[in-house]
Amino acid sequence: MDINVILLAVLILGVTGAIFAVVLYIVAQKFKVIEDPMIDQIADVLPGANCGGCGKAGCRAMAEAFVKQGNMEGLSCPAGGAAVAEKVAAILGCVAEASDPKVAVLRCNGSCSNAPAKNHYDGLKDCAFANSVYTGESGCSFGCLGLGNCAKACQFGALSVDPETGLPVVDEEKCTACGACVKACPRNLIELRKKGMKNRRVFVACRNTEKGGVARKNCSAACIGCGKCQKVCKKEAITIEKNLCYIDWTKCVACGLCVNECPTGAIHAVNFTPVKPKPKVEAPAAEAPKVDTPKVETPATPKTE
Amino acid sequence: MGGVHPEENKISTNAVIEKFPVPAQMTVLMNQHLGAPATPIVAKGDKVKVGQLIGEAQAFMCANVHSPVSGTVKDITAVKDPFGMMKPAIVIDVEGDEWMETIDRTPDIKRECNLDSKEVIAKLKEMGIVGLGGATFPAHIKYAVPEGKKAEYLIINAVECEPYLTSDHRVMLEHAEEICIGIDILRGALNVPHAYIGIENNKPEPIAHMQKVAAQFGGRLIVEPLKVKYPQGAEKQLINAITGRCVPSGKLPIDVGCVVSNVGTTFAVYEAIQKNKPLIENILTVTGKKLPSQHNYQVRIGTTYSDIIKHSIGELPATTGKVISGGPMMGKAMCNLDAPTVKGASSVLVIDEGEAVRAQESNCIRCGKCMMACPMGLEPYLFSALVRNDRFEEAGANNILDCIECGCCFFSCPANKPLLDEIRLGKNKMRAILAAKKK
Repeated sequence: MDINVILLAVLILGVTGAIFAVVLYIVAQKFKVIEDPMIDQIADVLPGANCGGCGKAGCRAMAEAFVKQGNMEGLSCPAGGAAVAEKVAAILGCVAEASDPKVAVLRCNGSCSNAPAKNHYDGLKDCAFANSVYTGESGCSFGCLGLGNCAKACQFGALSVDPETGLPVVDEEKCTACGACVKACPRNLIELRKKGMKNRRVFVACRNTEKGGVARKNCSAACIGCGKCQKVCKKEAITIEKNLCYIDWTKCVACGLCVNECPTGAIHAVNFTPVKPKPKVEAPAAEAPKVDTPKVETPATPKTE
Repeated sequence: MGGVHPEENKISTNAVIEKFPVPAQMTVLMNQHLGAPATPIVAKGDKVKVGQLIGEAQAFMCANVHSPVSGTVKDITAVKDPFGMMKPAIVIDVEGDEWMETIDRTPDIKRECNLDSKEVIAKLKEMGIVGLGGATFPAHIKYAVPEGKKAEYLIINAVECEPYLTSDHRVMLEHAEEICIGIDILRGALNVPHAYIGIENNKPEPIAHMQKVAAQFGGRLIVEPLKVKYPQGAEKQLINAITGRCVPSGKLPIDVGCVVSNVGTTFAVYEAIQKNKPLIENILTVTGKKLPSQHNYQVRIGTTYSDIIKHSIGELPATTGKVISGGPMMGKAMCNLDAPTVKGASSVLVIDEGEAVRAQESNCIRCGKCMMACPMGLEPYLFSALVRNDRFEEAGANNILDCIECGCCFFSCPANKPLLDEIRLGKNKMRAILAAKKK
């Protein structure tokens, strides 16, 4: 082959390449979008799970919102919490707003033993579908269906369905309170509550508004709206509506008085030191019907009598 | 297009319709029809007679509810329906069997009807007639043809393509004359020259009998034997089989000039118009392969399913897997048998354990059987994938809302994927999205 043919090809390709390079450079300069470098910096410190807990489409959209606003007023990343808020504040050069860390809790205790299955569901394993078809295996039309839509929605691996109880379990360490599970639950059973002092929380693990007897037919741990808890509460944190108690977490101080008062064990206390079996005294505790929720001691109670 | 051929299993065909005894207590649900529940107009302690109006239709999409028994109103409360959902209801303690004087209880057949179209529709509304084919669409709304539209065909759905069910079959054999009078009244009300009665070819007896009776009506009623195929009795498929017309996506049968009515409804229409009897009884099949006996009953609406089972077969066989209200293809398994029957109830179907269990699901192999089976020409495998990935709007763009939920896709799937469940979920989500957009 003639060497000139090769040289000619190299020349043509070289020249066209150079022309294109010049054109591309001019176009790139002309249509350049100047982006605030802060957006990238903030996007880097955000968790990057795109959970939607902040109300924005994703983490990058949130970073843009931060930069556009210039401060953190009204914007917060629930998934990142205080640590991320501080980092973002440092980049933006403003002060981070203090916020109460929250955590997801399940307001149902219809475990396999408390609310035994009366029928067998073999349809699509999806809570939203099962909820549209019928009441669920236990017969309680308010309770957890246990098919795990919340676990599927969680981007942080904080939720998993316990095969023994058939109920989802929240991993407090991993839960960022982004609220994705709250939206995923067709029965509105998940609530975001204040983490509380020493992570101690007290809440009513039931949403059944049926009359006491009807509710108890399906589930031994149902709230029957008896009002005993309301009477002992010193902070007026407990309200009763439609046979169902609700503890207002903004008022509750997690004293735990109501927990021992509940006859069905519908009130849950998390992260309290469990009661050690005391054979002699403590007769009142034995009066309560047996339920499989651990009874707990109030932290304020003196240990010696 | 599409369709499948499930085993017919019409084992209760020869069971003559029996009158079911009136139970000691009756629970009448207030929403027995498509739309808003009726409003109770009786109070606790009131005496009621058979056929007395107890629930009034106050919303547009609603139907009157009448007392199926005579006695005292015990309570106005909420009870659990067969699926465990709380529904408003009236509980009546039964005393005697005293009927309203206006109801003609003589067995004679009354042929003449001088009412005009408006009077017929008003009477249908008063008597609480709803479609008995399954959807329980209030009849007075269906027969009031909207302005600017014209009915050209009245089609009577006597296909009964669901396996097991035989209530329509029996009604046609035992009450053919009443049915034909009912059809003629509806035909007159719609002002169309002919009414077509579609019956599947696997019911030669009803076809012959209906042809004989229809001949007395001067060619106004035409019996059309149809090819055996599920879902031949679905509204849109039936219209296509008889008229050759296709109902466009998102439109109603009246948009192509058709009105379709179930054959059971026409019997209720006859009784309402000619005998002044409200819709307080319907025909119900009690069937199942393992049952000691098969039955067709005329049941007062509001009898509990457990009463029906107790009276007909004593108790459920030990190997019962599911008790279904409706046919095996489109019916729903019940979880609460103490619930009362409603106007649209057509059967108590007992399925044995072995047949009730769903087979293990495996992966889609893209064989396309679901597409071949779909009578609406949809792509069920695609909906399955989209719904599993929360891509509901894309499913909507592929016309997921046109699905008639006949179950042919699930029936034909070799991978046993719960296609119908996924499509139903997708339809629910899509409807919610559309409702949110409207706001």
